[in-house]
This record gives sequence, C-alpha cells and structure tokens, in this order.
Amino acid sequence: MRIAYFAWVRERMGVAEEMVALPEGIATVGDLVGWLAARDARGAGAFAEPHRIRAALGGAMVGPEALIGDADEVALFPPVTGG
Amino acid sequence: MIRVAVQSAAIDVAAALAAHDAGGHGASASFIGRVRGDGGLVELFLDHHPVLTANGLEDLAAQAGARWRLEALTLIHRVGAMAPGDTIVLVLASSAHRAEALAACEFLIDRLKTDVMLWKRESFADGRSAWVEQRETDHDRAGRWG
Repeated sequence: MRIAYFAWVRERMGVAEEMVALPEGIATVGDLVGWLAARDARGAGAFAEPHRIRAALGGAMVGPEALIGDADEVALFPPVTGG
Repeated sequence: MIRVAVQSAAIDVAAALAAHDAGGHGASASFIGRVRGDGGLVELFLDHHPVLTANGLEDLAAQAGARWRLEALTLIHRVGAMAPGDTIVLVLASSAHRAEALAACEFLIDRLKTDVMLWKRESFADGRSAWVEQRETDHDRAGRWG
C-alpha cells in the first residue's frame, strides 16, 4: 500500500510517499497514524498530534476510525487551507 | 456547462469569463481570490494532490449543480508558487436569476476552503516560511450549508 503525505506532514516525513506493508493489527487510519508515530523519529515529528491529521482513502476524506482494507493509497495531511 | 480546473499556470480571468459567459446567462456571480502581500509576503505556495484535488472540486461543482438551477459553472484553482496579486481561485456561477447564482458562488468558495485537498504555505521577505493553519471561521461558514 502507498502512503502519500502532503504539506507539513510531507516535510516532516522527508518523502512525498512511500510503499509499506501493513503490520498485523493495523486496521484503521488511526491505527496507521499511531504506528507511523511510533516507527521512527520522523514519524514521531509528523504524527505526534493525531488530532491535527486528516486522511483520504479511496478518494474520500475519512476519519481515524475508517478501515483501510485493501486500499491502494492512504493520504495523510493537515487540515486543508485552500480558497 | 461545467468547467473545473486545477492548474499551475496563471488564471486568465478575462478568458475564463468569456468562455463561461458565451451562452449569455441571465445572472452571473463571480468570486476572484488573489494573493495578498500582507506582512512582507513574497510567495504563496499551494500544495495539492495530483488526483484528489481535482476530484474534490468536481464533487463540489456537482453538489452546487444539484442544489441550484445553474446554467454554467466555472471553478478554477491555481496550485504551486504564486506572488502577491496573482489570482488563486476563480468561481463563476450563472443562473436565470441572481439569487441562485449568488448562493452557488458563495457555497463554492466556502466549501472549497474546508473540503478540497489544498494547503497554503506563506514565505516572507525576511526568510520566514510557514504552513497556514485552518481557521475556525472557515469551518463555521462552510457548515452553514448543511
């Protein structure tokens, strides 16, 4: 599965996207954010405050409770600021 | 006619209006958002998703088309690096009568601030650079539309 990062999440992760194999027990977007925060220093820097993270799955914005399932891409990013 | 675009090229407001208004609609409302040079800002950068940003704009356009009887809708958002005075976003909504055109235009600009994958980063003359934080008032305005 691909994880795509945007805005300051991308800057703190140091990459725009990465391919990962999800470990056992990572079922929801919230689980994924928690796993990334614990994985390394960059993840800790980007995901220390999960309430500031938004996600998109299969083209739609979703909450942390959303099941990742067999999605090709999860996008993780801060609250949007367009317009 | 619905036209939606996400582009790094400058938005040509006059050309967009000419194309939009070719049908000669009864009432057309417009919103033009431009980069302000407040506080010594020298660059505004808009980050976006290569697919989902355009999808989000198209979804908003479809929602507006379902809520109001529109004859034409143009929604163009610029991405990438911009300078003060540059046009960031252009919304054109046309209907037979003003109320629907004005309401659709306001709905679109309110919702694209909260529903579409776009992120602003401001860079200033003194070298500072920071991502813009979402404002509570933007959510309040977007929430009015239910």
